[in-house]
Amino acid sequence: MSDHVGQEPHRLRADGAVGAGHAHPDPAGSRGAARSYVAVDVEIPSDVNQIESVVARVTDLCRTLHLQPRLCSLNVPVALTEALSNAIIRGNGEDPRKHVRLRATVFDRAVVFDVSDEGPGFDMSRVDYDASDPEQLYAEDGRGIFLMRRLMDQVEQVRGPRHVVRLTLNR
Amino acid sequence: MSFTLKKQGDVVVVDVEGQLIVGNRQELKQKVLDELEKGERKFLIDFSQTGYIDSSGLGVLVSLSKKIREHGGELRLANLNDDLQTLFELTKLDTLFQISDTRERALEGF
Repeated sequence: MSDHVGQEPHRLRADGAVGAGHAHPDPAGSRGAARSYVAVDVEIPSDVNQIESVVARVTDLCRTLHLQPRLCSLNVPVALTEALSNAIIRGNGEDPRKHVRLRATVFDRAVVFDVSDEGPGFDMSRVDYDASDPEQLYAEDGRGIFLMRRLMDQVEQVRGPRHVVRLTLNR
Repeated sequence: MSFTLKKQGDVVVVDVEGQLIVGNRQELKQKVLDELEKGERKFLIDFSQTGYIDSSGLGVLVSLSKKIREHGGELRLANLNDDLQTLFELTKLDTLFQISDTRERALEGF
């Protein structure tokens, strides 16, 4: 049984505004019945230099799906880079024997990116970035999960055999 | 992706060719710090050939800005596309940097 935590309802819309997100168009309970297909399923070693080529492949997919240009140039590449680097660095500790898997599933009204690692996971709901706090504003780290939450419609952790971060982007 | 450094007057101009992300941020950091060590104090990073920056890249810019200021210098940024501008606004980092539309404007009065 999967355990969903850390849902986030505020995504930066393609028009530049930040507003309430939408309910998942293919909620977990009905995903099996929804029309969908896996468009990308790739496993990479725990090496941050592998990220850019994987992200480029997914960006190509976004363009093929005719998603809004800004989703393809900003939301998807940045959020996915954050998820993959978290998985490689935090999840797998950059252990070259461990791998990170990315699976992109295309639904009628959403694209779902599952990024899984071989680590124990951590509670994303406890991590946030507050730019009004000067200490955080001037910090070198700590903006990754914030960016994922702002650039995707939903960010969840799915705890199963592997630790999965699931990013949902409504089409 | 690569970083090209050249001197324009007394300003070190860094051209970022490609994305600034977790895989290459240390290279940029080291190149700028090497110039700082040599005595350079004015830096301009030009993003006209950059599509996106991740949180690691943003973090390196914050870190470099702090280090340069500690040495009495300044780091300016130029040519952010709309996506990059949005990232800086979302994270409020646009309040930390002097950001110019063009390289020429950034160099004015430096």
